[in-house]
Amino acid sequence: RYYEYVFGQSRRRRGRRPLGARTEPELSQLQVVIESRDPGCHSYPHLASNEAYHLTVTEPVAVLKANEVWGALRGLETFSQLVHEDDYGSFLVNESEIDDFPRFAHRGILLDTSRHYLPLKSILTNLDAMAFNKFNVLHWHIVDDQSFPYQSIYFPELSDKGAYSYNHIYTPTDVRLVIEYARLRGIRVIPEFDTPGHTQSWGKGQKGLLTPCYSGEQPTGSFGPVNPILNTTYNFMTKFFKEISSVFPDAYIHLGGDEVNFDCWKSNPEVKEFMKKQGFGIDYAKLESYYIQKILNIVSSYDKGYMVWQEVFDNKVQLKPETVVQVWMENSYAHELSSVTGAGFTAILAAPWYLDYISYGQDWKKYYSVEPLNFPGSEKQKKLLIGGEACLWGEFVDATNLTPRLW
Amino acid sequence: QLLVFVATPGCDGFPSLDSKEGYKLSVSEGSLLLSADAVWGALRGLETFSQLVGRDENGMYYINKTEIVDFPRFPHRGLLLDTSRHYLPLRAILETLDVMAYNKFNVFHWHIVDDPSFPYESLTFPELSKQGAFNAMTHVYTASDVQTVIEYARLRGIRVIAEFDTPGHTLSWGPGAPGLLTPCYLGKDPSGTYGPINPILNSTYQFVTSLFQEVSSVFPDFFLHLGGDEVDFTCWKSNPKIRAFMKEMGFGEDYKKLESFYIQRLLDITSSLSKGYIVWQEVFDNGVKVRPDTIIHVWKNSPPYMQEMANVTKAGYRALLSAPWYLNHISYGQDWMAAYQVEPLKFEGSPEQKDQVIGGEACMWGEYVDATNLAPRLWPRAGAVAERLWSNATVRDLHDAYVRLAGFRCKLL
Repeated sequence: RYYEYVFGQSRRRRGRRPLGARTEPELSQLQVVIESRDPGCHSYPHLASNEAYHLTVTEPVAVLKANEVWGALRGLETFSQLVHEDDYGSFLVNESEIDDFPRFAHRGILLDTSRHYLPLKSILTNLDAMAFNKFNVLHWHIVDDQSFPYQSIYFPELSDKGAYSYNHIYTPTDVRLVIEYARLRGIRVIPEFDTPGHTQSWGKGQKGLLTPCYSGEQPTGSFGPVNPILNTTYNFMTKFFKEISSVFPDAYIHLGGDEVNFDCWKSNPEVKEFMKKQGFGIDYAKLESYYIQKILNIVSSYDKGYMVWQEVFDNKVQLKPETVVQVWMENSYAHELSSVTGAGFTAILAAPWYLDYISYGQDWKKYYSVEPLNFPGSEKQKKLLIGGEACLWGEFVDATNLTPRLW
Repeated sequence: QLLVFVATPGCDGFPSLDSKEGYKLSVSEGSLLLSADAVWGALRGLETFSQLVGRDENGMYYINKTEIVDFPRFPHRGLLLDTSRHYLPLRAILETLDVMAYNKFNVFHWHIVDDPSFPYESLTFPELSKQGAFNAMTHVYTASDVQTVIEYARLRGIRVIAEFDTPGHTLSWGPGAPGLLTPCYLGKDPSGTYGPINPILNSTYQFVTSLFQEVSSVFPDFFLHLGGDEVDFTCWKSNPKIRAFMKEMGFGEDYKKLESFYIQRLLDITSSLSKGYIVWQEVFDNGVKVRPDTIIHVWKNSPPYMQEMANVTKAGYRALLSAPWYLNHISYGQDWMAAYQVEPLKFEGSPEQKDQVIGGEACMWGEYVDATNLAPRLWPRAGAVAERLWSNATVRDLHDAYVRLAGFRCKLL
């Protein structure tokens, strides 16, 4: 693949270089050496993967050394960028010595395939671009209110009724393709099945999952977040996340948990009854907590770690220590990072990197200027910030403008 | 069969500001009739007809029975592309012309050269692009390219109005035309940098005459856009010869008078070439003496553009509106709505004044735009401007427009 990147694009006329008085040093080979006993070529990248590499470019043989294949991939990318073509069509590379490794282990891009469907091709093209930039996580926000394109094996009705159309779905084969395409580029695929809010599209194919909203004594016909008081809800989630856990090989699943609107719950008499029984009073954050905790337990039972949006932490849900909290609210995000890491949780930062918020001019500069560790906290705390993600929410993005908006 | 009847075709001619674009479309059982006074109207009608045809789930094409009498509100409905800040390959321009036709835009304002690069290959002055283009082999428009654009546009009823912006915005002209630009001074010595075109030399006017002679014959439209915006006086002020000239001419310290002096001569040259001209608003704002048939292009937001529109039309000139339609100024969300809600005639003035507003242009300046992002940045947002300029003033319901614009976008895809 990298050979193609380096030499394949050349469309220049192959003129002859004027011969020098002596022959120039020539690089005939790049040797790639992976030092670990288990290079990892047949496994999946993970949070603790070693992405460090050492690149020595000297004649006649350059050497790229890495502990694991993931580092070799990063080094190949660097090497491919070092090689340039002169006006005569010769490929040149400077003698160099590079010792490189990432500062943060989690470097992600969030794609939203619910607000607008993204055809497979555009996801794969994006994975290529991610690899060029050494991004190593695809946070796939695959479903949301607007549509449910994920074709579930256990619950085919979800996409049958919830996708924009039969043409706007990701089949199990599509999903496998994305995961493998990503793997070959050292990119983890972390799916997000955001609940209990952001689930309108789930209700189309799974009757009874969402809370019916009421106006006085009567159901209005509209629905709210996932209904947290029914056993059927948890039976469904148990089965659903069993599938997700086996389909997606990464150690983590993102469970969402953001922006839960309590109005519908508050309007529903059965929910109100439940609140009373549980002694939650009128604190619906407690009900949200109750739901999330049960989901977290379900997912844990499948041996998966989980990521959640910051509300889950803010609303004091009981989280396992290895939970990763994603900080997304722009207001005082540094403060939030302090709180999250102060409580001992791992954090990733997305708040200042909402790339869907376009504006005129060179806005890359403000993204570049962000210093993730600029928050009050101890050394130990700062170690808990494992990285961040650039988010491209899909309200105004589809395959016609994804690439120029992201890159 | 759709029968197209055109009273006075003019198929071999070029569209102009006076072209008749009205048409009648009559669809009933057994009869499909499109009639227009001129071929330009027929083109607009064909576009409408093509949008009326739908396809059902079985693949059958159908069209509703309908009677349409349609004509544009404003005769000048333009789109500005900037091929100097970033070169746009021919293909991107031609593609844009296609989509312009789908939107019934009828003017392609080609801001072809500017400070950063000079891609226009001049026959009279080949050094201009040789020295001034980003790459003289790959980032130029040859004479053949230009003719291709003009003909492609013509076949779609689109006028091509070229803009050779002077005296400012001309840095790229310098390398290929030594002596054209004003050398700036630091004290007594030239600083090595250059400013606007040097207005005090005869050679300047000889050059301008020759260049515009060529441009006038290459571009068939009656109008040329002469620019005249954002002239920075600093360099002129620093140059001792210019200061001496100012004294000689009795201009005092008012460099606007010097700018005037240049522009007036430029306008005379252009008139003598039998072309009409469009200029940016500064030319009017700075009191340059322009002919009564000059068109003033309003682009600034301060002073408020509606006030400017009132002033320009009150002084008797025709006006073009672009100020609220700078599509290169992107922002989050549905900004097409703001563009759609602009009402070009919303200023205090007599009906005669309002008649002086001949239309407007959506502008896509190129600082951050090239072939990789031109299409998604332009469409469908520019469609909001296109409708505002074609349709009746009463067509302004946002909800209704949203539904149609969303459907139109799908058609564009």
